[in-house]
Amino acid sequence: MQFPLPAFMVVSAANPWTYLVFGLIGFAFGFTLEMSGFGDSKKLAAQFYFTEMTVLKVMFTAIVTAMVLLFGASGLGILNFNLVWVNPTYLGPGILGGLIMGAGFIVGGFCPTTSLASASTGKIDGMFFIGGGLFGAFLFGETEKYFAQWYNTAGYYGRLTLDQVFHLPVGVVVAMVVFMALFMFWGAEQLERIFGKKDLKKEPKIRRVGAGLLAAAAIAVILIGQPSAAQKWVRIAEAKTAALNDRSVQIHPGELLVSQADQKLNIVMLDVRSEADYNLFHIKDAKNVPLEGIRNLVPGLLSQNSANTIVVLMSNDEAAASEAWKVLQTESVPNVYILEGGINNWISIFGKDEAGITPIPAAVADDQLRYSFAAALGDRYAASAPAPYEWKLEYTPRIQLQRLRNLSGGGCG
Amino acid sequence: MTTAAPDVPKKGLFGRPSKPYVHPYLGGMVLGIVLFLALFLTGNGLGSSGATSRIVTGIEDQIVPAHVDRTPYLLNLAGGNKNPFDDWIIPVFFGALIGGFASGLIFGRVKLETTKGPKVTNRMRWLMAFLGGMLFLYGARMARGCTSGQALTGGATLSAGSWVIMFSIFGGAYALAYFVRKLWL
Repeated sequence: MQFPLPAFMVVSAANPWTYLVFGLIGFAFGFTLEMSGFGDSKKLAAQFYFTEMTVLKVMFTAIVTAMVLLFGASGLGILNFNLVWVNPTYLGPGILGGLIMGAGFIVGGFCPTTSLASASTGKIDGMFFIGGGLFGAFLFGETEKYFAQWYNTAGYYGRLTLDQVFHLPVGVVVAMVVFMALFMFWGAEQLERIFGKKDLKKEPKIRRVGAGLLAAAAIAVILIGQPSAAQKWVRIAEAKTAALNDRSVQIHPGELLVSQADQKLNIVMLDVRSEADYNLFHIKDAKNVPLEGIRNLVPGLLSQNSANTIVVLMSNDEAAASEAWKVLQTESVPNVYILEGGINNWISIFGKDEAGITPIPAAVADDQLRYSFAAALGDRYAASAPAPYEWKLEYTPRIQLQRLRNLSGGGCG
Repeated sequence: MTTAAPDVPKKGLFGRPSKPYVHPYLGGMVLGIVLFLALFLTGNGLGSSGATSRIVTGIEDQIVPAHVDRTPYLLNLAGGNKNPFDDWIIPVFFGALIGGFASGLIFGRVKLETTKGPKVTNRMRWLMAFLGGMLFLYGARMARGCTSGQALTGGATLSAGSWVIMFSIFGGAYALAYFVRKLWL
């Protein structure tokens, strides 16, 4: 069994107990924040005058604890990290929004969740903060249209993690973050001694043991490493090979045609043939991605926020498309299908009478074009973009939208 | 009903002597385990600011549904027959409210009061809390998450953007701290 559990990933009225699961998570969240003293704005604001560094200590202890456990679990293969929501990177709105949040923090004395812990324990300032917060969220909803373009594109890098930024193994980055945090804790305690007149001798000695354990765990994460693509495939091979063999993931050209015209769906067509074949003929709007490059698309496909995105893979027949399908399955990309019979089958339906497209009379090897073309017209053949209303084709529909997570994604979306 | 336990203090749950907060490293460790469990079990992290947008949009959708359908940002949350409350962050938001209350109750910290610096009046503090909340949530919606949804959750999953946001939050607060020191010192 692998986590996260699909049943827990989406709140849904069909499974009322999912509300309970998320409610309990929220409960534990609020409880720990209050317990750590975050219901008191003085304690939070003190962080910015160096007298008490509780905010930094709690936040970074939480981040490194969760991070070490997360990547440890991923390394051991009990957690599928590709199913874990990673906040997509939007540098522009992130930086400006972050600075505005900082201003709100020091003026208001809370951040959103701590204001919940504060208000619920009777702190009137916490209640005013929530009131202001709802008003701020309202203002954002009303003004977003004036900078929507910037908000949705500025500095967009999709699902980007620090190990990709620095080209380092995940474990090394985890260890670097842990050691940075330990250094920051040391620095924070020195600041508290100088500005907060705190006697460090009264601090519990056991915190050194905790630091040691954390460092050891970080080294362990490096040693365990992260599962390779081959290891990930082995885990799902049986179920996925069965799906390939019972042909539940191959969609008929007619279904692709209808889906393309469906306004509610976002069809991403990936043509994994050679560039030469692609230039001869391809379906309109299909993107040419050589099979060996398909893995590079994974971060982008995983951060697709829309639950209605369907990926359709195609090759001349099905062999290369099936290989690409396995790669995307290994990386847990949702809603991936294969064009049944590939481009050859597509042409046999939509282009059999078109001038310039002639069947090759001799036998053709598997996954090679069975047609020759008068010119490399790409998508300018009529068969590249058949009109959906002209075709009434019989087929068994295969596409089932799998809603991986809530529309907002994870995070605060 | 007359056989109530005799050793319950007179003032009941609300009159308990308040206990000190837990040590920050311990609190952080527990919070980290909660965050890990959230990510491990559900694939979603922790958050709350997203809920404010959804609550406000839900209210707008009751009063001016046509306006919601015309505004792109709101359309995503509550356009047509979409229910803005049908999201994991809503139970997390209300769970956090109850959880904070429960901790306050157990440790004797539920009390109607205003937490503020020594030199400000209550009214000034309330005004600033409102203003700060407004700024914070405006920024949080812009950055697509707050200290929980971005800094904590994205920090633990090593999201590059979240780390940038985390340093921006601290940078913004430190840059302004000197100018508003009368509020706190």
